[in-house]
Amino acid sequence: MYSERVMDHFTNPRNVGVLEDANGVGEVGNMRCGDIMKLFIKVGEDEVIQDIKFQTFGCGAAIATSSMITEIVKGMTLTDAEQVSNRQVAEELDGLPPAKMHCSNLAADALKAAIANYRENSQG
Amino acid sequence: MRNIYLDHAATTPMRQEAYEAMIPYLTETFGNPSSIHAFGRTVRKDLEDARERVANALNVHPREIYFTGGGTEADNMAVLGIAAKLQDKGKHIITSAIEHHAVLHTCEALARQGYSLTVLPVDKFGMVSPSELEKAIRSDTILVSIMQANNEVGTIQPIKELAAIAHEKGVLFHTDAVQTVGNIPLDIKGLGVDFLSASAHKLYGPKGVGLLYIRRGTKLASIAYGGAQEGSMRPGTENVAGIIGFARALELAITEQPETSQHLISLRDKLIKGLTALPDVSLNGHPQQRLPGNVNVSVERVEGESLILSLDMAGIAVSSGSACTSGSLEPSHVLMAMGLSHQRAHGSLRFTLGKSTTQEDIDYVLEVMPGIIERLRQMSPVQAKED
Ligand SMILES: Cc1ncc(COP(=O)(O)O)c(C=O)c1O
Repeated sequence: MYSERVMDHFTNPRNVGVLEDANGVGEVGNMRCGDIMKLFIKVGEDEVIQDIKFQTFGCGAAIATSSMITEIVKGMTLTDAEQVSNRQVAEELDGLPPAKMHCSNLAADALKAAIANYRENSQG
Repeated sequence: MRNIYLDHAATTPMRQEAYEAMIPYLTETFGNPSSIHAFGRTVRKDLEDARERVANALNVHPREIYFTGGGTEADNMAVLGIAAKLQDKGKHIITSAIEHHAVLHTCEALARQGYSLTVLPVDKFGMVSPSELEKAIRSDTILVSIMQANNEVGTIQPIKELAAIAHEKGVLFHTDAVQTVGNIPLDIKGLGVDFLSASAHKLYGPKGVGLLYIRRGTKLASIAYGGAQEGSMRPGTENVAGIIGFARALELAITEQPETSQHLISLRDKLIKGLTALPDVSLNGHPQQRLPGNVNVSVERVEGESLILSLDMAGIAVSSGSACTSGSLEPSHVLMAMGLSHQRAHGSLRFTLGKSTTQEDIDYVLEVMPGIIERLRQMSPVQAKED
């Protein structure tokens, strides 16, 4: 059902946990559909994502996409990171089962929420 | 690597005796039972012999047994067959909220065609209330269909009492016994039901074959048209090998039931005890009125599919009522009907034990579960409530 890369990210998720000094936090999904993703980002002066961590309640696809996006955008500028789409995350994982494309593929939305939160925070 | 199958409610491996009984009918004994010549007559005789053995095992008359293409088909035949047969008498059907989709979706299809449907609620253990049934029956009620035991949470209904209530008001009663035949003591006459569905692949028989018991004196309209097989109720050349294998598996399942149940209950209770001793893991379903091999728990703050994947990697095969595994966006209708929160429904895990399950299997599950739960909880943004 899942690609090897999905299983790899599910088994050995990258960047799990809470980022204590995060300056942007985004949470998407809800308990109704059974997927909740929370992304923490630490953005530097240069608008580069210096560090990123995630926490996810959800299925294998939800965990793997969360893990994957942290790898993709770490070290990216916010402008570049904002361009990353859910579809791209799925492609990097060698695809997801069709049923998972809409429900558990929310990592890019979580990132956008985290970036928006960072911008709100930094406007002071 | 271990390979522990704990999904026997989904399907069971076919037992050797059933397999061996089937082989001749897949090869040399190939005649069509409807043919008049010797090839056909031999197979007809064996088919009727299988019917008789099934009837004996179930303590009913052979003419009350109609072989079908499985449990789903038997359920459809009963529900649609009564709806068509009695539509002039009334158009009201009663079922329960925790039925298998084979019954629930069939009733819902009838509702879309102008029938009136009452779906009885269940309590937190998944029990239908006899008094609720009594209140729901109307003058135009034509059928009550309530399963004997639920496939997800294992709750066993008081079918005898429920059927008596329906009969008191002159209403026919169907029960889906797909999960119970061979698993709990079964006395069809004693239960007093008019129709009962069973399926071979849940009792170590082949897939794609089942039966509908139709009490003598009751009539159904057929839902498919064709030849005169199975009293025209199930037209089409019989799945002879399947029926022969089913008969063998069913006979053995009924004979071995007391022993099998005892084995399953002791392992089940050990697993329930071990799992519910873990923090924030709770039992779903009824603590006593429960299928011998069923363990269903909710693991707080963790989603079911990720539990299944983790257990699968540890060599343990189980299932869940989470949305991700139901193929829809909603978690199991059974768990929701029992009033579970979305979180607990998404975090449900079903272990269904079978004849070959051992103490060591259960020990191994209990050994790996804490680590799996801990790992996933550490990833989860849903935190334990502090109190
Ligand atoms: C309670 C119940 N009813 C009906 C069915 C359907 O049986 P079958 O797979 O033989 O069509 C099942 C099995 O999935 C079941 O558990």
